[in-house]
Amino acid sequence: MAFVQQSSPHAHSARPTSRVMLWVLIAALPGLLAQTLFFGWGNLINVVFCVAVAIASEAALLKLRKKPVAFFIRDNTAAVTGLLLGLSLPQFAPWWVSAVAVISAIVVAKQLYGGLGSNPFNPAMVGYALVLVSFPVAMTTNWAEPATLWDGAPGFGETLATIASGQQTAVDGWTMATPLDEYKHKITTHTAAEVLNHPTFGEGIAKGWEWVNAAFLAGGLLLIGLRIISWHIPAGFLGGLIVMSLAFGNNADLYAPLSLHLLAGGTMLGAFFIATDPVSAATSHQGKLIYGAGIGILIYLIRTWGNYPDAVAFSVLLMNFAVPFIDHYTPPRTYGHHKARRGVPGSQG
Amino acid sequence: MTQLWDFSGGIHPPEHKDISTARPIRNAGVPDYLVLPLQQHIGDPAEAIVEVGERVLKGQKIADVKTGMGVPVHAPTSGMIESIADFPVPHPSGMADRCITLKPDGEDQWCQRSPVTDYRSLERDQVLKMIRDAGISGMGGAGFPTNIKLRPPRDRKVSTLILNGAECEPYITADDMTMREKADEVVAGLKIMAWILRPERCVIGIEDNKPEAIAALQKATEGTQTEIAVVPTKYPSGGEKQLIQILTGMEVPSGGIPADIGVMCQNIGTAVAVAQAVSDGTPLISRIVTITGEAVREPGNFETLIGTPIEHLLEQAGVNQNAVSRLVLGGPMMGYTLTTEAVPVIKTTNCVIAATASELPAPPPEQPCIRCGQCAEACPMELLPQQLFWHAKATEFEKAEHLNLFDCIECGACSYVCPSSIPLVQYYRFAKGEIRAQQAEQLKADRARERFEARQARLEREQQEKELRRQERAKAAAEAQAKKKAEAEKAAAEGEAVDERAAKSALVEQALARKKAKTEASQSPAPSAAPAEDKPDIEALEKQLSQAQSKLETMQGMLDDAKAQQADNLEKLERAVAKNHDRVQRAEEALSEAREKLAAGPTESQPTH
Repeated sequence: MAFVQQSSPHAHSARPTSRVMLWVLIAALPGLLAQTLFFGWGNLINVVFCVAVAIASEAALLKLRKKPVAFFIRDNTAAVTGLLLGLSLPQFAPWWVSAVAVISAIVVAKQLYGGLGSNPFNPAMVGYALVLVSFPVAMTTNWAEPATLWDGAPGFGETLATIASGQQTAVDGWTMATPLDEYKHKITTHTAAEVLNHPTFGEGIAKGWEWVNAAFLAGGLLLIGLRIISWHIPAGFLGGLIVMSLAFGNNADLYAPLSLHLLAGGTMLGAFFIATDPVSAATSHQGKLIYGAGIGILIYLIRTWGNYPDAVAFSVLLMNFAVPFIDHYTPPRTYGHHKARRGVPGSQG
Repeated sequence: MTQLWDFSGGIHPPEHKDISTARPIRNAGVPDYLVLPLQQHIGDPAEAIVEVGERVLKGQKIADVKTGMGVPVHAPTSGMIESIADFPVPHPSGMADRCITLKPDGEDQWCQRSPVTDYRSLERDQVLKMIRDAGISGMGGAGFPTNIKLRPPRDRKVSTLILNGAECEPYITADDMTMREKADEVVAGLKIMAWILRPERCVIGIEDNKPEAIAALQKATEGTQTEIAVVPTKYPSGGEKQLIQILTGMEVPSGGIPADIGVMCQNIGTAVAVAQAVSDGTPLISRIVTITGEAVREPGNFETLIGTPIEHLLEQAGVNQNAVSRLVLGGPMMGYTLTTEAVPVIKTTNCVIAATASELPAPPPEQPCIRCGQCAEACPMELLPQQLFWHAKATEFEKAEHLNLFDCIECGACSYVCPSSIPLVQYYRFAKGEIRAQQAEQLKADRARERFEARQARLEREQQEKELRRQERAKAAAEAQAKKKAEAEKAAAEGEAVDERAAKSALVEQALARKKAKTEASQSPAPSAAPAEDKPDIEALEKQLSQAQSKLETMQGMLDDAKAQQADNLEKLERAVAKNHDRVQRAEEALSEAREKLAAGPTESQPTH
């Protein structure tokens, strides 16, 4: 009988890309749960809608590109892109804003660049940045007021109807400025104590947001524990943010305090779920630290001196640009060599 | 407690070692026929020194390497040499190579052996020669001749001798069982090697998943200075470079050998073979082979004669033929698949896995790389497998080499962990092969260019020499002409000066002669025509000569070309050139003769003008 002919190795670990992506989806659930508990049904509806649109547009593009649709859909990467956008967009963002973000992420940022593995930019963040600059009103006025499901949050039907109506702005009483937004704009004319009086901060650091960030942190630690992601990018990310915050922002009457930077906005979601997208990130350990630190530093710079209250998307995209450069200059030292061979062949003596 | 270091990367694949450790080592017996490849190790192949039909005894040398690096091959049992021909040999390509086939006669009759009771009384070179004559080459990896390895360059003093008992590949237990059952022989072999090398430190490195082997060796080394280092189980801790790093904290320099840092690694099986060669005088004619996998009913280790067909071993282990989906020679990480079970066991064969389809399933289809970096985490050489993959796939070999492609040990850890199931190692093998082919091609092209340039230079030189000769000839001719003229003038002047009367009388005589000639000419016109015809004759001769010369040149050119291309018609052309050479000479002679004649002619008739 004819034996199977195969090149070594003959054994393989059983953790394919689809399983890796599934774990990312699972690890994001605590964060989604916290969002739903503290901000109502908006995020859950957005996630379901975004994932559906992501898979549909991925399938359509794969078909256009004459690729095996089922084979690629099953890798779950489109679902992850949809999930990340659903988690990031404002709770009451009209459906078409979400759709534009998802479609530009999958079609333009991913498939037009050659599909999975070939995109230089984080697809979800391309979509997010696009709608953020295109639809500033919809992207800033639709953040839900922190109100728990059992304590005044709009019901599922009302939320769904609001999103589906396609209105630029949702019911005024349901929404509220985010803590980062509030602090950034009020601190120029008020003291820290006055600013923190606003209900968006609640009694803790940032009402609701602190739990959401803690939940994403927990999910991220699970991913590190499972060796789905390495600790380097989150460590660089948070390290960069912390160092900048300590260096510049120790006066709470001038700048947002460190606790707000860490536990408000998209910090933990960005550090563990967005910046760690391997395709568009640096590869070596050293490179990942630099890449993460760059994002953390840029987030602080944009949040503090830029025009936007949060800055995960722009910072990630800016560092995506730097990835090939970082990769060329941070290769590890190979066993038996004195030094790492940095740079590109021919460019060094 | 021996200090240990860690190597970066590594993986923990399922071990599957208990499958083949449940039974003690069995004897595989003598098969119906033995196939002994003449090349079982790196270096030069051995040449058969027996004839077909000859009867050989067990342990008799039947092939040897006369020139170059290599060790002899011995008859594993007594019997008849049946053939010396090409047979399939264990090789990833499934190729056939020259083998001696031996038909055992069942008597298992030994040849004369010469065991040594106290090797310490011998010279080290004598012991090394015994090891060579026993046909011992490394029984783990590529099979480097052991006697050569045991004699490192003088400036490379081996201070640490490592016996590699890590056996990190899943499934394989040949070394494990050897250490359990033949611990004394392992230690005896190590002692002999240590006596040859005189290291400061002897270490046996064993992974902590082999407690029985560790206990056996600890007992066997009791009271000696040999260290037993228990290393954490992690693939590929048994890789030479990795084990050296674990045990010494040092790294073998890229492109170097362990002896460069004063370290040498030897295999467990090799140690046993050395002990048997020296104290029993037994050449390397058998080894321990693991037969395992779910497709055999009684997996285990077998004391196997070199040359035993895998088929025979599988039968001994109770193979279920229908269940075998792939036959792997070696381990599941670095072994290669066999096309046929007819290939023989050779000196480096340590394991055969008869795997069922569910045991080693075909990998899922390759997906795009998502740059997750798991491969870099797993790489024990700290390479960037992912970047190497991109460059190999894009055939950007220069970049792949820049990222140290050739430091890859092809352990397969990267492919093992790849979530996109990319056959990374296969890409690296492809890139390495292409680069080697390109280098060979480049070398060939360089040589061809050198040859061409040398030929151009030679042709130019010859042209110049020819030109020079022509100029010399022309100069010589001009000189001769001038001399002749001067002589004639001188003669004329002298003649006039010496005797005017004589000259006058000569003139008179000449005038008479002319008159006489004239009358003769008027009587018979034919003879007088002869001198007149001298002139056109020279022209014809000159033409003939130049034709012959040009023909000779063409022939010479053709000959040169033929020589450069090493053509077959060389002899013919040489003859042709010689012939043309003669022709030119003859033409030259004829011309010069004619010229002389002509020169003589006009002087006689000069006064008439």
